[in-house]
Amino acid sequence: MAKQIEVAGLDAYYGSHKAIEGISMTIEPRSVTAFIGPSGCGKSTFLRTLNRMHEVIPGARVEGKVRLEDQDLYGADVDPVSVRRTIGMVFQRPNPFPTMSIFDNVAAGLKLNGRFSRSELDGIVEDSLKGANLWNEVKDRLGKPGAGLSGGQQQRLCIARAIAVRPQVLLMDEPCSALDPISTLAIEDLISQLKQDYTIVIVTHNMQQAARVSDKTAFFNLAAQGQPGKLVEMDETSKIFTNPAEKATEDYITGRFG
Amino acid sequence: MTVQTGIQPISAARRAKDRFVQVLVYLAFALAVIPLLSVLWLVVKNGMGRFDMEFLTHSMRNIGARDAGGGAYHAIVGTLEQVLLASLIAVPIGLLTAVYLVEYGEGGRLSRTISFFVDVMTGVPSVVSGLFVLAFWILVLGMPFSGFAGALALSILMMPVVVRSAEEMLRLVPRELREASYALGVPKWRTIVKVVLPTAFTGIVTGVMLAVARVAGETAPLLLTVFITDSINVDPFNGPQMGLPLYVFDQAGRPTDTAIDRAWTGALTLILIVMLLNLVARLITWWRSPARRR
Amino acid sequence: MRRSAFRRSRGDGPFRFASTGAGVVLLAIMAAIGVFLVVKAVPALQANTSHFLTELTWQPNATKPVFGIAALAFGTVLSSLLALLIATPVAIGVALFISHYAPRRLASVLGYVVDLLAAVPSVVYGLWGVTFLVPFMLGPSKFLNDYLGWIPLFGGDTVVGKSMLTASLVLAIMILPIIAAISREVFLQAPKMQEEAALALGATRWEMIRMSVLPFGRPGVISAAMLGLGRAMGETIAVALIFPATFKISFQILGPSGNSIAANIANGFGEATEVGRGALIASGLVLFVITLLVNMGARFVIARRKEYARAAA
Repeated sequence: MAKQIEVAGLDAYYGSHKAIEGISMTIEPRSVTAFIGPSGCGKSTFLRTLNRMHEVIPGARVEGKVRLEDQDLYGADVDPVSVRRTIGMVFQRPNPFPTMSIFDNVAAGLKLNGRFSRSELDGIVEDSLKGANLWNEVKDRLGKPGAGLSGGQQQRLCIARAIAVRPQVLLMDEPCSALDPISTLAIEDLISQLKQDYTIVIVTHNMQQAARVSDKTAFFNLAAQGQPGKLVEMDETSKIFTNPAEKATEDYITGRFG
Repeated sequence: MTVQTGIQPISAARRAKDRFVQVLVYLAFALAVIPLLSVLWLVVKNGMGRFDMEFLTHSMRNIGARDAGGGAYHAIVGTLEQVLLASLIAVPIGLLTAVYLVEYGEGGRLSRTISFFVDVMTGVPSVVSGLFVLAFWILVLGMPFSGFAGALALSILMMPVVVRSAEEMLRLVPRELREASYALGVPKWRTIVKVVLPTAFTGIVTGVMLAVARVAGETAPLLLTVFITDSINVDPFNGPQMGLPLYVFDQAGRPTDTAIDRAWTGALTLILIVMLLNLVARLITWWRSPARRR
Repeated sequence: MRRSAFRRSRGDGPFRFASTGAGVVLLAIMAAIGVFLVVKAVPALQANTSHFLTELTWQPNATKPVFGIAALAFGTVLSSLLALLIATPVAIGVALFISHYAPRRLASVLGYVVDLLAAVPSVVYGLWGVTFLVPFMLGPSKFLNDYLGWIPLFGGDTVVGKSMLTASLVLAIMILPIIAAISREVFLQAPKMQEEAALALGATRWEMIRMSVLPFGRPGVISAAMLGLGRAMGETIAVALIFPATFKISFQILGPSGNSIAANIANGFGEATEVGRGALIASGLVLFVITLLVNMGARFVIARRKEYARAAA
């Protein structure tokens, strides 16, 4: 089995509070992996450990191993900046840079990574916006501020911004939770297309969404409030939703709790 | 699409730029702290020599610039009286204005105008407030130079500071608290006096102390309103007084070592008073909110 | 309504009146400052035998009073702008240090240390400036004059410690904490969302600050700088001890010239006659108007920032 990301015995802390404990899993390339579980189970925290965004929060730290194709992300000589450049992220609420135009938002990451000619930049921005299914809606107003778009458009702009730097993995932290159903559908369609090129990991509260878009599903749970979250099981999405191995998973899926 | 594998390192130039800015930022902080340390060090070093009982208990009467000895008793008394009087004027007006802005203004035109001019008033140069009292109180009304005239000028500088800090504290009082009081049938003004103000009390005290600390060090308005004297005058309503900052200015302007020494000791006394006020104010704030923001 | 319990409670009226009155008193004071300065300035201006706005000399106590604001206003503006030029970059650095670089536990303590700079009374800075900084600046000033003398600002034949540059340096130190404190607050308010967006794109700390913190904080920093400018122009005692109190216009900031409106008031008040006092009041009126405009400009920028922040949220 091909592996893109391999996690072994991962714990994450906020100060002295242990948020997740003992997580091990393998994430396959060019597939969609969904994380589900009740609030506070640590699925978002875990997602943020995959591109070292967790440690941005003061006092937060991580123990354990995360490997991207046999490179340890938490190795002593690894710069978190280059990790984040390689593993992109889309957030819960759309967060375009308010002072930048649509074009500059998409180009923001590229401009960090070296010099591109104007025509190269034009090409990549167009490709990225097309990749995010946003090109047709914004091609006539690339110079306008990104903040002027609708919520769903802003989120697709953020996806375009993330894929413009050609990451290998795209992490999505509940990307549809702030969106209306139509925009949600648009994003879900987009995810299905993006997995041709990218490895996608998505955290979602919405089980139908997990069932619709993902190939694999991981269920997280926590024993009680204040306890660290743990990975209960991970399997083919169809199996998790029809015939899970664990009782807790079944209870959650069938709506008996959470 | 070309697919690269593995973690792609960022360029050395970007890393270097990041480091460079970090060094600049640390340097800026060091640069800002150096003058502070220099000032404090020199004030302590040069001020300790004359920081004695004679300095704290004697005036400068019959003491020339060349003479050793002499003290700042008259200036300390003057400063305490002037600042106290200024607070007695500024705190009630400032506090009531804050109450108006928070409780009664309701975002109307008058409250927006007042709010704007409170901000503008913060920027009134201290020398201008002194000139105003000179023009209005002394030249037009024909009142004498006095500690009270100085207090008037200081109160103008205090007012906006009191308004802003009190306003901020009053806005922190939760809405629910007010509504709980209204629900019990307590009228608005009693709610403000009995519930809102006591809740915000420590915060307001902190703000007032910071305002006092600010004006206690003001020199220019006193120069124009209190005038200068070498003798003890405990009556703030009659005749020229002295103030500690004025004393430092006066002694610093005299070209002898003994006078400069007295200026340093005056500065030390002044800094001790101001720092003490600041420290107590900060301690109150800190004690009120142990979980500070980042 | 049958019962009188619904009447407005007794006491609310007077209390409301008192608090509204206090606010109105504040407005009245601001108006009175303008009015009384004008009232006492006019007779002196009428006695003036020269043009107030263009005359350089300041001899209002003479039998034929000759005085003008030109040299003083020039000195005020030049010294304040120089101070601003020196203080703003350092203040932005200090603000960033506390908001984004210093270890979290240290940050608030270090912030307090910078605030202490603002708590030192200006007369103490004056004393420090005149006894320590003035002799100290002689060396660096000579260096600037020797090697950069071809720049008009550093040119001139005589180099002294009591110069425009030294005074500006003291002003810079005094306004730095104000600019730093306001900038720090805006930088801390920069939305975490946008900071994370930048970091997730693979931005370094500085790139993150440039992409999300600085654009957000720029209006705040601008208004902070303007407030600092206003403060520098009104600063009196510290510079009164340092300025050589001349009445000419010279861009040579290392030379023996320099004065400001505020410093001239402090230095000239003691010997002023009636016309002299009126003349000083007239100069104070000019200072009042200039600082008023600068401060109102700063407030205007802040008000626009609030609207912008609301639009971005």
